[in-house]
Amino acid sequence: MLQSILSGDLPRSRVLSVALIAILIALALGPFLFPGTRAFATLGMICVFIIVVAAYDLMLGYTHIVSFAHTMFFGIGAYGVALGIGHFGSGFGAIFIGILGALLLSAALALLLGLLSLRVKAIFFALVTLAVAFAFLSVVTQMYHITGGEDGLRVRVPRELGPAFRPLDSVTGFDLFGFLGVLFTQPWNLVDGFRDAFFTVRFTGRTLMYYALFLFAGVIFLFLLRLVNSPFGRVLQAIRENEFRAQALGYRTVFYRTAVVILSALLTTFAGALFALFNRYVNPENTLNFELMIFILLMCVLGGMGTLYGAIIGAVVFVVAQNYLQDVLGALSEAVNVGGFVGSLIEPSHWLLWFGLLFVASVYFFPSGIVGQLRIWARRREMRQTVAEHQTESSAKERLT
Amino acid sequence: MADQQAVLETRSLTIQFGGHVAVDEVSCAFQAGTLTTIIGPNGAGKTTWFNLISGQLTPSSGQVLLAGEDISNLSTEARTDKGLGRAFQLTNLFPNLSALENVRLAVASSYRIGHIFWQRASLRRDIEDRARHYLDFVRLGHRADTPVSYLPHGDQRKLEVALLMALEPHVFMFDEPTAGMSVDEVPVILDLIANLKKQDDKLILLVEHKMDVVRSLSDRIVVLHHGQLVADGEPAEIIASPVVQEAYLGTSAGAPTEEASA
Ligand SMILES: Nc1ncnc2c1ncn2[C@@H]1O[C@H](COP(=O)(O)OP(=O)(O)OP(=O)(O)O)[C@@H](O)[C@H]1O
Ligand SMILES: [Mg+2]
Repeated sequence: MLQSILSGDLPRSRVLSVALIAILIALALGPFLFPGTRAFATLGMICVFIIVVAAYDLMLGYTHIVSFAHTMFFGIGAYGVALGIGHFGSGFGAIFIGILGALLLSAALALLLGLLSLRVKAIFFALVTLAVAFAFLSVVTQMYHITGGEDGLRVRVPRELGPAFRPLDSVTGFDLFGFLGVLFTQPWNLVDGFRDAFFTVRFTGRTLMYYALFLFAGVIFLFLLRLVNSPFGRVLQAIRENEFRAQALGYRTVFYRTAVVILSALLTTFAGALFALFNRYVNPENTLNFELMIFILLMCVLGGMGTLYGAIIGAVVFVVAQNYLQDVLGALSEAVNVGGFVGSLIEPSHWLLWFGLLFVASVYFFPSGIVGQLRIWARRREMRQTVAEHQTESSAKERLT
Repeated sequence: MADQQAVLETRSLTIQFGGHVAVDEVSCAFQAGTLTTIIGPNGAGKTTWFNLISGQLTPSSGQVLLAGEDISNLSTEARTDKGLGRAFQLTNLFPNLSALENVRLAVASSYRIGHIFWQRASLRRDIEDRARHYLDFVRLGHRADTPVSYLPHGDQRKLEVALLMALEPHVFMFDEPTAGMSVDEVPVILDLIANLKKQDDKLILLVEHKMDVVRSLSDRIVVLHHGQLVADGEPAEIIASPVVQEAYLGTSAGAPTEEASA
């Protein structure tokens, strides 16, 4: 059962399995476990980035196609929905038209890029995607009357997905981290802490939107897992390993590369559309920026390229760090309270510096990413066990003879 | 021989690298059900000729014909599709995939299912069974799950052969399949090739230096020297001919290679 849901590609590491189950629970029950708008936004962004990073990994990790145009497709999806709603009003039909138009545009652009990738060397392809992404960004920024320029567009989502819609009243949640905080810092107040941890969840249309996002992320992830473990996925890995030999085996690598670039673009476009509906505001900075592209790349590498589970781990670690590392630094700088250079180093706004250091350290120590490393450890452990079993077995035999 | 239509033919096939003519006007036709060995000293152009036939290189002039059809302008993939299979002299595999996965890629190609991304379990088992069958064929069954980069050189050579077998082509091209194998591994591969020969519709081309092997296995020997076809005929006749003694055996006796000593 689990085998077939995960397409036979199990986590293959106990730590990883536990982490994935914890993440699944946290995302599934998130709105009932973590109060506050920031926690809610964090949950949503994790789901968005799981799709985006998994789709990117399909190209980067599984096929070794380096593209910097991923945010362009994300932006096309986000702006597609924003423009659709802007033109046709806040209905599901408008959303549908927006997404459809965005998917068509993305497919056409991805086809052109995919065909180009066959003609040119990998590094040149990467540069071309970079140039195309920049061109797209500047076009969007300049077409002020349509796209709102730097200011972007507000997305007036249908009432059912907005904060005014209240399908459920007075749902109770349990503030997990609040309770754990009490448990560790003031265990003598446990009973009060437990009582205080209950809170009233504002269950609105936005919560519904979150769950739609969560479901899509789950389904798309499982679909990609199936894809990379199918004959098609194997050919992608063959192209990554040795394109020359893949051709000699009769595979038209042209077809596979193009298909992968298009598929990845379509999924990312769809993620962009979901993002627009969840965030209700799109601008160049949150959809098209080059910084965003770097973040996607970081998540992919950090989680582990060529392991789809890495997309989940990478997205969780990164988005949580993005949202909460500032708090940690803030608390730290308050506690230490030093001025000058050291003080400015632990200033909350410098969180990216610290994340960067963590990133460099993790890539240095775990070159195959978090998931890759966990699997290596699990493999070693297994090998040690079999060796040990072997030894006890043979020594038992010796005793018998 | 002439009355039967050739499965594979090269007509005045030529390729130049700069001023150097690596394959020079080679015309030769091969019939189904035969095994032809190509010999010649190092740098004679044997591998380059293979590359021209299987499409890794495009000729400067001349044609390659498969069952009468001119395939000179087809891509490697298209030629493989038409039944030309090729194993490489320098091991050329998918290093981070397991041995089984490597063979499975070849099987999936012969099934033409590479584009399928929603796989039925029955099909998966079928392909896996065939892949295991070919691994056992070259005595690598016990290495199925080992990534290729961890395999010793001899095993990689065997896997190279397994990949070609798993493709199930009409034309088999082996480029020094036993080079670098240990003495006890060589007969395994040669037996495989000898068995292939029993299938009447297959055509086998073999580049091989071990003369005792060549003599017993081949129906015909073609000698290349400086890119030119210098002799072509029955094994006994070719090996005895003074041209070969001088051009091939002469030079290889001078150069103490592992092949010469084997
Ligand atoms: N891509 C290439 N570019 C330039 N020169 C090449 C190329 N490929 C082969 N050659 C040259 O063509 C000649 C024939 O090489 P080839 O590899 O076909 O010889 P071979 O008969 O297979 O020799 P060996 O027994 O060593 O395998 C050599 O001089 C080689 O240097
Ligand atoms: Mg050669």
